[in-house]
Amino acid sequence: MTFWRQVYEIARKDLQVESRTAEVALMTAPFGAAALIMIPLAIGTDAPLLSDLGPGLYWIVVLLFGILVILRKSAVDGGPQRDLVRLLGIDPAARFAGATIATSLLVLLFEVALGPVLVALYNPDLRGWPWLFLILPLVAVGMGLLGTIAGGVTTSLGTRTSLTPLLVVPLALPLLLGATQAFEGLQLGGSIVPWLVLLVSVDLALAVSGVLASGPMEEAVT
Amino acid sequence: MNANSLVSLENVGLRIGNTLILRQAKFELEPGEKVGLLGPNGSGKTTLLRIIATLLRPTSGSGVVLGAELGTDAVYDVRHRIVMVGHLPGLYPELTLGENTRFVARLTGHPVDVADEALAMVGLAGASARRADQSSKGMLRRAELARALIIEPSLLLLDEAHAGLDAEAIGLVDGIAHQVVTAGGAVVLVSHEPDRLNVDRSVQITDGTLEAAS
Repeated sequence: MTFWRQVYEIARKDLQVESRTAEVALMTAPFGAAALIMIPLAIGTDAPLLSDLGPGLYWIVVLLFGILVILRKSAVDGGPQRDLVRLLGIDPAARFAGATIATSLLVLLFEVALGPVLVALYNPDLRGWPWLFLILPLVAVGMGLLGTIAGGVTTSLGTRTSLTPLLVVPLALPLLLGATQAFEGLQLGGSIVPWLVLLVSVDLALAVSGVLASGPMEEAVT
Repeated sequence: MNANSLVSLENVGLRIGNTLILRQAKFELEPGEKVGLLGPNGSGKTTLLRIIATLLRPTSGSGVVLGAELGTDAVYDVRHRIVMVGHLPGLYPELTLGENTRFVARLTGHPVDVADEALAMVGLAGASARRADQSSKGMLRRAELARALIIEPSLLLLDEAHAGLDAEAIGLVDGIAHQVVTAGGAVVLVSHEPDRLNVDRSVQITDGTLEAAS
């Protein structure tokens, strides 16, 4: 069994589990959309203001509610499932990569689901929108990597649900910064390359850290 | 330490925090052996089983499992030859019994037909499409035994081997255990009901200390 075959099987299994629970589609996405709907109710129908604030609010919602996506029950295996996978001889890095791919796809799905709500309610300036095909996946991968690392670190702790956001939110700030600034750069017609470099760098740093730590994280579990 | 031993533990201990869970355990397991591990709840049976499965690293002593020294990277190379059926099912609750079994087959390089055949052999051919979280304890245990049929392990570790099983399923457990020892492997069965174990010898564990059972 090759490394990439293991990655594929783990990702496939995670997505299969998610398809049964539908936590992202049925709970988190509507919850995130509700947050985007509530903000105009709170600040009034000042169209130019909403248009200015919309993208920033979108990324904040993606970050905060994305934590729910990465915290979903199915994202972290229980003890017997972890033992099973370890005894099947799966490379910890393959397991990390598979779980990250599945989580990243779900975060991307969440981002895409919120997109129409953003456009409908905030009418943001979408100049340069094709760049979103790059920005959205880069943020999703970053969130997926963060979630998998945080899940690995907190997996056997009773305080997982409170500790994971505390770990993820500060580390996700560069992603938030890169995404919001890239979006603003598109609107102002400036260069977004530095912000894309930031996003790619964060993703790479997290990927390398996650792969290197995946073995020790797995073996540290009692 | 016998060079032919599948498992050889020498003064193995495990301490978690301030709690000493296993002390100075000496344990040998030869090919073709079926050993019972007896003891009351909380005595350290499952801990010892997890050490033998290479899932826990001892904090003292040394051990070799299937030729791999515990606590070294060599254990990664032998894990696929070990099947442990714990008292909690190693199945994904949201997946069907068939999906769970096929997941194991694919990851161990077997065609999915092998998984379906294994399910049929443990009497679950008709329950392949049933979700694990909607299956009875006995069905879950059978699905886990199907894993042993797929992998054909050198080491089969059964925690609470017969708990909650009907007579037919107990026969199935014993049949699979027999298959493993006949093929030159070894089996460790954990139980706190010695009368139900059909083993070559038994080891008693009390408060983390091992001794041969009378």
